[in-house]
Amino acid sequence: MKQRDSQTETVKVIALSGNPNVGKSTVFNSLTGMNQHTGNWAGKTVSSASGRFSFCGTDYTLFDIPGTYSLVPQSAEEEVARNFICFGEPDAVVVVCDATCLERNMNLVLQTIELTGRVVLCVNLLDEAEKKKIRIDFPALSEKLGVPVVGTAARQNRGLDDLMQAVDGVASGKIKNKPFTVAYAEKIEQAISMLLPAAEQINRTKLPARWICLKLLEGDTALLEEIKRRFGIDFLAEESVGEQLKEAQALLRQAHLSGEALCDNIAGSLVRSAEHICKNTVSFGDKGYNDTDRYLDRLLTGRKIGFPVMIMLLLFILWLTITGANYPSQLLGDLLFSIEGMLGEVFRFFGAPEWLQNMLVHGVYRVLAWVVSVMLPPMAIFFPLFTLLEDLGYLPRVAFNLDKYFKRCHACGKQALTMCMGFGCNAAGIVGCRIIDSPRERLIAMLTNNFVPCNGRFPTMIAVIAMFFVTSDGVLGSLLSAALLTLVILLGIGMTFLVSHMLSKTLLRGKASSFTLELPPYRRPRIKQVIVRSIVDRTLFVLGRAIAVAAPAGLVIWLMANISVGDGTLLMYCSGLLDPFARLLGMDGVILLAFILALPANEIVVPVIVMSYMANGSLIEIDSLAGLRLLLTENGWTPVTAVCTVLFSLMHWPCSTTCLTIRKETCSLKWMAAAFVIPTVFGMTVCFVINTAYTILARCF
Amino acid sequence: MNIESTLNELNQGQSATVTRLLSQGGIRRRLQDIGLVVGTRVSCLQKSPLGDPVAYLVRGAVIAIRSEDSSNIIVSGVSASAAEWL
Repeated sequence: MKQRDSQTETVKVIALSGNPNVGKSTVFNSLTGMNQHTGNWAGKTVSSASGRFSFCGTDYTLFDIPGTYSLVPQSAEEEVARNFICFGEPDAVVVVCDATCLERNMNLVLQTIELTGRVVLCVNLLDEAEKKKIRIDFPALSEKLGVPVVGTAARQNRGLDDLMQAVDGVASGKIKNKPFTVAYAEKIEQAISMLLPAAEQINRTKLPARWICLKLLEGDTALLEEIKRRFGIDFLAEESVGEQLKEAQALLRQAHLSGEALCDNIAGSLVRSAEHICKNTVSFGDKGYNDTDRYLDRLLTGRKIGFPVMIMLLLFILWLTITGANYPSQLLGDLLFSIEGMLGEVFRFFGAPEWLQNMLVHGVYRVLAWVVSVMLPPMAIFFPLFTLLEDLGYLPRVAFNLDKYFKRCHACGKQALTMCMGFGCNAAGIVGCRIIDSPRERLIAMLTNNFVPCNGRFPTMIAVIAMFFVTSDGVLGSLLSAALLTLVILLGIGMTFLVSHMLSKTLLRGKASSFTLELPPYRRPRIKQVIVRSIVDRTLFVLGRAIAVAAPAGLVIWLMANISVGDGTLLMYCSGLLDPFARLLGMDGVILLAFILALPANEIVVPVIVMSYMANGSLIEIDSLAGLRLLLTENGWTPVTAVCTVLFSLMHWPCSTTCLTIRKETCSLKWMAAAFVIPTVFGMTVCFVINTAYTILARCF
Repeated sequence: MNIESTLNELNQGQSATVTRLLSQGGIRRRLQDIGLVVGTRVSCLQKSPLGDPVAYLVRGAVIAIRSEDSSNIIVSGVSASAAEWL
């Protein structure tokens, strides 16, 4: 977490805290004009983001801290959140709440108010609350809490000016808060007042002495250590405090309020205070306000139809992706390959040497064109569709549906969420694993994330499937492609369970830990925004990768195909070297080499294969899948080769970005190596078995 | 009326009041932080397709809990109607 440096003294620091999934990131984006990814599930923001903005001539830095239910941290993530509010010395803390679930959110508000008076309560998702006929009396709420309360609907940019006004007032000291004090049980209050004078005497921290007294009584040694580390004040070692603490503890023991009972009582008082504050300030006009959500839940997580609906949704999304990608793919292909011809003309016009022209046009440009025309359209279609489901709030339902399987694997149900994120990008999935509290279960989720094919991999699968297994055109053809791809993905999910289970029995032995999974209210996805935003994002992302990775890869391949070693080219030499082994796996040396060269980005597997075959002699115009199919079959591809290539694409080493992310997240080379080796071993085994079985069967019949 | 049972024994649509928590460690505080303290009315909304976990309505939020954890939550006053906390 960043600390303020002296140069930015005039910049005010604002912390944005709140329960998970209350729209903190949306508020953050609206205020800073940034584009943090948002989604409807708890734990989406896994690391703090910061952004700057100005309001009325003052500069602010806004920190979007991870969502937390409480300031008594249960995980490393929550500790980050707590520490920022405790020790980050923010000029104001904005606690964002869900208007549809204010009472539950109030617990965190009260805990924050205990810690710092400089709080602004932002009651977000007001639009959802209005739809559900929930009315909130803001002035009364503000009166009761003693801090400014502002209603917002950040998704529609409503109320944000008022929010800033309040933040400005609190941060500058213009608004003097008189924060509500949570009243604890009589004996606890008595114990606090016994401790308070001694604690106040030595308290040089900015933390309220009353709060420190509570922590002393609770025996929160981790926090007291942190205070000692940061401020050099050891409350426990101080004699005056120690004496009072002993007496106070004796008093509580007499009242049967020590240890667990004390913590229970404190937690209970907070919840009851929240109840008290929301009474008469929040009213529900429509008792059946959640009926639509319950209806959707019965549909999406029902006993009989939950799973079929899940699979149909997957199939439908893949089908839309395949169908939708056809046309733009063709268009982009035609365009880019016609440019290739023109580029050649340009080179000839300037009298560029033949080798340079070949290298840049047939090497760099062709791979680039391939990645853009074949990979980009499916990625730019799948991603927004997936984001729509995320926006709706479907992903936690997937976790809810699949949790029992994860439990059987002694893993965490939230792994389903990280698995879903893997569809977009495995590296993002790995970072997302921070939402899993137990370190053991988190590692399992990280090591198995690669079994879900990311956006960069399934266009390859789609192309190979379409070429070798789908003979009919039109709707039937694309449906068949989608169905086969769905099967491949289900296999990947099956492998996730298998490997998670095996890890729980071997390297990462242990029992499943406890967890709670929040199923947030469904929200109407912002269709237009999501589609525009994610198509633009994806397109830029893919184009960026194409330039950074595909172009250099094209160069490398071209060089390999044109540098002679002995009788042949370097490319032939390398692929020849790999060939015997690759044949055992049902592939050939070129395919395996392509997977190896595609370590920086999986998108380039097919282009590298095509380039290699073309460099090896074939001169075919590749302007369609049919042409490509011809090239592949001429180079010895059979349906078995296609199956093995698809399966190996599903199960092989993660891309370099993912590997580095695992290294960073685990701080360990060992686990990175494990994440590299595990899918590879499984992929090779599966391919070997399929190829061997086919060879034996072919011989018998 | 005041017969005690555990939360996981609730059927879909039933609600009950929390009387004791047997959970230990981090999950205990987590449950309390989401509002599951003694005296809270909880209703059982729906089982997941495989029967576990189960979704409960707790103070206006829908929370899924595994049977291992819900069997550590003692409740009483089971009634057939849902969402009484309103």
